[in-house]
Amino acid sequence: MIRYIASRLLSLTLSLIAASIVIFAVIEVIPGDPAAFMLGVNARPDTLLALRDQMGLNDPLPLRYFAWVTGMLTGDFGISWTYKTPVAELVNDRIWVSLPLAIYALFLSTIIAFPAGIIAASRRGGMGDVSIMGATQLGVAIPNFWFAMILVLIFAIKLRWFSAGGFPGWDTPLLAIKSLTLPAIALALPQAAILARVMRSSLLDNLGEDYIRTARAKGLTRRQALWRHAVRNALIPVLTIIGLQFSFLLAGGIIIEQIFFLPGLGRLIFQSISARDLIVVESVVMLLVFVVIVVNFAVDLAYAVVDPRLRSRT
Amino acid sequence: MSRSIAIGATLTLVFLGLAALSFIYTPYDIQSFDIPNKLHRPDATNWLGTDHFGRDILSMIMLGARTSIAVAVLAVGIGICIGVPLGLLAAARRGSLLDELIMRGNDLVFAFPSLVIAILITAIFGPSAINAIIAIGIFNIPVFARLSRGAALPIWERDFILAARVAGKSSLRISIEHILPNITNLMIVQGTIQFSLGILAEAALSYIGLGAQPPTASWGRMLADAQTLTSIAPHTALIPGMAIVLMVLGLNLLGDGLRDWLDPRIRIART
Repeated sequence: MIRYIASRLLSLTLSLIAASIVIFAVIEVIPGDPAAFMLGVNARPDTLLALRDQMGLNDPLPLRYFAWVTGMLTGDFGISWTYKTPVAELVNDRIWVSLPLAIYALFLSTIIAFPAGIIAASRRGGMGDVSIMGATQLGVAIPNFWFAMILVLIFAIKLRWFSAGGFPGWDTPLLAIKSLTLPAIALALPQAAILARVMRSSLLDNLGEDYIRTARAKGLTRRQALWRHAVRNALIPVLTIIGLQFSFLLAGGIIIEQIFFLPGLGRLIFQSISARDLIVVESVVMLLVFVVIVVNFAVDLAYAVVDPRLRSRT
Repeated sequence: MSRSIAIGATLTLVFLGLAALSFIYTPYDIQSFDIPNKLHRPDATNWLGTDHFGRDILSMIMLGARTSIAVAVLAVGIGICIGVPLGLLAAARRGSLLDELIMRGNDLVFAFPSLVIAILITAIFGPSAINAIIAIGIFNIPVFARLSRGAALPIWERDFILAARVAGKSSLRISIEHILPNITNLMIVQGTIQFSLGILAEAALSYIGLGAQPPTASWGRMLADAQTLTSIAPHTALIPGMAIVLMVLGLNLLGDGLRDWLDPRIRIART
């Protein structure tokens, strides 16, 4: 087990290093000088040079890369060129919108997908299964930004139950949760559809296993065998998908945050890209990639704990 | 042939047909604005109504289908043309450092938030259909590389491959002449699924203004234009959205149906 963890840790570190090099390289090829962008077209050459110096843009590339990486390791993400505040502070402000939104959406998709997947699998081929599978096909096909528009049209404009956008802050928790509700539903729909399909197929795989026959032979009813044995085992692949979905939701809210004017990470990235505030883009993208890689690592470890066969394979 | 193939193929063919037809005929010219006729609901003259410039929505849907399909097909093409050779190479050199590098490279691409990177690419190189194709295509590469490697590995263990080796064929020839034909079905199925994801991604990019630029019609762009009009003219938002949903639904049903139909194990289980 220790060898397995060590090998996964090595692969985790290498992935993070590779990802940081790729992100840095991509940002470096971006045409346009951020200093010139900040000063506008009428900037004097010496002012431009001075600003480039101050921003560290005149240093050689490897030096800038190491400064960036070591900064991040110590929690220093640099200072935003447009906001003039530390990137870490910007991220810290925005994460309290994006993180709750991602958790909210994940919660909604799970409470929809679990029952749907279980009902579909336990009534395979029946009306319930067919209608749930049809609904998931539709759920996967609906673009979430269009769904968001429809939600706004119905619940904000026609019924006036929710506001069409904006975020009041966490000083008023109930209002904050209310303002995240429509965005969370819009984000949750396609995720719920995917999750329900995974839940169904994983459960069907398990229902065909020998241990279920044993459980039935032992005298358990179909329902008991399903709940006590099959559902529990079927959860393993479902948890993997949930892990992956979480990191997707953290970044995937980018368009939804735009639609609902939510001051989250996605909106921060979008605005920073438009303003050529590359230090923010660089750091936030790295942060998101970091989350994905670490979540994958955690899932791998969780798998190894649950399934000893995986450990011996390395 | 299953019901999902029939429904999926019909929906897909309808949109392919509309896109093809748009090259020679659209009910109206969308380049000319007809402001007095703006925001008409669907009626006998404009079957799907008109938008805020008085342009015929049916004509725009037809031209938008062309954009969506072109972007998605080319993005899948990038994925297949680069991903499949990489996957075959990794399978032919399985266990080697090269294999490890290719697979870890795939994992790395998967770790990047695709939409964020697509936005970054189109923002850097300027919004256009070409850049949207590249941005979407990059994320198709690891999908096909991983899938083709996974499918090729068990084939390498088969007896007919051993026979080909004994006959003196090189790994490259075996990969092209024997492995590739055996994984084509799988690639077609995955291609259909990636095609539908490409349609969604193109719509998302053009919705935020980073896809095909006006005057080229695109479904995402139509939705962006309709956003502020939803309360007075809901059809301007509903119709392009329905077009996306139906096209994606059609491709997904087709992909699912084909997978079941091409997989002998599932076919036998059914009969």
